[in-house]
Amino acid sequence: MSEPLLSVRGLEARYGAAQILFGLDLELNAGEVVALMGRNGAGKSTTMKSIMGLVDRRQGRITFRGRDISHARPHEIARAGLGYAPEDRRIFSDLTVMENLEVGRQPPRIGLDGAPMTPWTPDRLFALFPNLAEAGDRAAGRMSGGEQQMLTVARTLMGNPYAILLDEPSEGVAPIIVEQMADMILSLKKTGVAILLSEQNLPFAALVSDRVYVLEKGEIRYSGAMRALEQDEEARRLYLEV
Amino acid sequence: MSLSGILVQMLNGLASASTLFLLASGLSLIFGVTRIVNFAHGSLFMLGAYIAWSLTERMSGALGFWAAMGLSALAVGAIGAAIEMLLLRRIYRAPELFQLLATFALTLVVRDAVLGVWGSEDLLGPRAPGLSGSVEILGRRFPQYDLALIVIGPLVLALVWLLLRRTRWGALVRAATQDREMVGALGVNQSLLFTSVFALGAALAGLGGALQLPREPASAGLDLAAIGDAFVVVVVGGMGSLPGAFVAALLIAEIKALCIALGTWSLPWGGTISFPKFTLVAEFLVMAIVLVVRPWGLMGKPQAAVRTGAPPETPLAPADATTRIIGFATLGALAALPLIVGVGSYALVLSIDIFIGVLFAVSLHFVMGPGGMHSFGHAAYFGLGAYASGLLLKSAGLPMELALVMSILGGALGAFVFGWFCVRLSGVYFAMLTLAFGQIVWSVVFQWDEVTGGSNGVIGVWPAPWLAAKQTYYYLALACCVAGVLLLRRILFSPFGYALRATRDSVLRSDAIGIDVQRIQWIAFIVAGAVCGLAGGLFAFSKGSISPETISVGRSIDGLVMVLLGGVETLSGPIVGAAAFLFLQDSIARHIEYWRAMLGLLILVLVLAFPDGIVGAVRKRLGKGSQQT
Repeated sequence: MSEPLLSVRGLEARYGAAQILFGLDLELNAGEVVALMGRNGAGKSTTMKSIMGLVDRRQGRITFRGRDISHARPHEIARAGLGYAPEDRRIFSDLTVMENLEVGRQPPRIGLDGAPMTPWTPDRLFALFPNLAEAGDRAAGRMSGGEQQMLTVARTLMGNPYAILLDEPSEGVAPIIVEQMADMILSLKKTGVAILLSEQNLPFAALVSDRVYVLEKGEIRYSGAMRALEQDEEARRLYLEV
Repeated sequence: MSLSGILVQMLNGLASASTLFLLASGLSLIFGVTRIVNFAHGSLFMLGAYIAWSLTERMSGALGFWAAMGLSALAVGAIGAAIEMLLLRRIYRAPELFQLLATFALTLVVRDAVLGVWGSEDLLGPRAPGLSGSVEILGRRFPQYDLALIVIGPLVLALVWLLLRRTRWGALVRAATQDREMVGALGVNQSLLFTSVFALGAALAGLGGALQLPREPASAGLDLAAIGDAFVVVVVGGMGSLPGAFVAALLIAEIKALCIALGTWSLPWGGTISFPKFTLVAEFLVMAIVLVVRPWGLMGKPQAAVRTGAPPETPLAPADATTRIIGFATLGALAALPLIVGVGSYALVLSIDIFIGVLFAVSLHFVMGPGGMHSFGHAAYFGLGAYASGLLLKSAGLPMELALVMSILGGALGAFVFGWFCVRLSGVYFAMLTLAFGQIVWSVVFQWDEVTGGSNGVIGVWPAPWLAAKQTYYYLALACCVAGVLLLRRILFSPFGYALRATRDSVLRSDAIGIDVQRIQWIAFIVAGAVCGLAGGLFAFSKGSISPETISVGRSIDGLVMVLLGGVETLSGPIVGAAAFLFLQDSIARHIEYWRAMLGLLILVLVLAFPDGIVGAVRKRLGKGSQQT
């Protein structure tokens, strides 16, 4: 197997005096959807923020496409082709939907296979997220939670990333939106984008993911194929059930 | 006054509104994105005027004149970019107060640089070629240039508006105003964005200054006047709102124009009322009213919590043995000082100044540090104390001892009234409203000749005979200083003090556990005002005279510098800071021509090297984990 797209070794993170992550190892390969599961407070969001360079006090070695990004600044990481769609969405509520997309836009990239990638455009994204198409000139803050969640993903895609850190997209949105999210992730996967998906919703994660890491108290307690976790009742009871 | 006269004054107001808007829009833009309140914005305005003066000296003709205006704006923009890259970039994550202090230090440096390059005389600018005449409006002459200004203001508003609404850069700026970290995570280099915003804001200020040149000579006092106006406009309009800044600039310029147009009126019950005198105070009154009714300004939005905040303050701890020993030793040395240096020594005079300064700084620190309320108008209570003493002694014939006691009441009363308004606000708005009240007090004192003596002030304010000797007054000042410091310390470690610190750390949580936040803050404000008033009273009797300078914004800033110099997180900070500041001011000011610039550079070095202040830095060096006082 070739080098993973994203590789994390010995990741530690602290907020003030509190240590949140204790030496995490994880990998994301090209074209793969990997779920990062665990209960509330297990460290899923912190893992993503740390990879993105949004946590000041972090240690460990993170490489993306073979390049060391352990000390890179967030905008450098985003420009290397690693996208981030945060859990709390953080859309720019005063800007219109189109302007939100514009902020996320980055120049087209060369694909992992060496051929030019088809860059994401608002039109291509509207095909993926039909709800957004009608809302183009509306202030983003006036959209429903589900629409805002889609905008968050769409905005990240405008950067033409090779991989996305997708933090709990199913949280707090209607079941119908969760279904759309699942469709969206599967179509994204077909375009070759790799996704690290943080989730608490096992059926949803199981539907879209190839592999899974389970986090508890800042450490990885389980890793393997998604299928295996689905069949491992003991592991599910230990790490996921509330 | 005739209708035509009023109309011409109103047009004049429109012209003033244009330069005011240019100035304020830049400040607003910079605050929106960087969350830095750029105190040096008035200095950039002033630089614009001076650079334009130099350029118009060399470039003639209509083309030359307008090119000079544009080049001045570009030059100031470049200076702004340099300031952002060399200084501000390092302090974006520092506490708000340090940012204010750093940009304030810049004003000191810039002012001395201007004096060094252009000299201290006012420089009269040329008239705009082709627009030097006037037009006749309803039988009155109105300068053509002012008509041009009336057009330029809205034009620039439209251009900046288009830039923000129709370009990618504009979308990035507006996005960063809301969540700059997320903008970074989307691949936008924040450093470049911030530098460009700062450069644009500076260029707008520079353009405003340059365009003002044909109407008003370039002078070294422009900076503070401009920053006062700009703050008011931005706060009235709403921080970060460009249309708000425009509306507010119009409103304030027109109210001022109206005051001038109305002139002096006789009152039916005798006496006269002179409206032109209100111009100084009018804008601050407008600001005070707007902030109370709409705390976030006319067109602003309630401020959301900023995402990247500074770490919380370490809790205060009672003095440990070492601190106590140092305290008692210092006190012993001070008590023995008159015996050592001799009765007529200058050291006693300087020490009295320092005791007064310490009292002033400690009272300011009380609201600023443990109270978390950043007062930019603390000189008001100092001045009220001084004037209460002086006027009661001279006009009401009170004995000096009683007059001095009344200074406490004077400061407290002022804080009682102003505090009621101020505690309804927080953060930058609180700072601006306290500044406004400070300016109102100053304006009233400055213009109410009959009572306060106007700019002449009150003279002959001497202590009672038994206190008149320098060493006796020295002991009085020392006693008051120690009493004030100990009182405030005692309060901070009382249940009230805990409640006060709780309100600083979290308004919501304090509210939720039953603390009446505004009431606690109000009481703290009054206590600080009382102690500060005493400092003012001591000051009046030590100098023998008082003038409006006692209340000037400069003194408020001196207080901030003292507190921050020493360190805001410790109780000994303001004491050390005040002593260090006054000693340095005294020794540097007497030997160095450009002492303001020196002070400014010193502050910059301190802010960059020791963001915790002197005491904080010493403590960190000693490796003490917890904060002792």
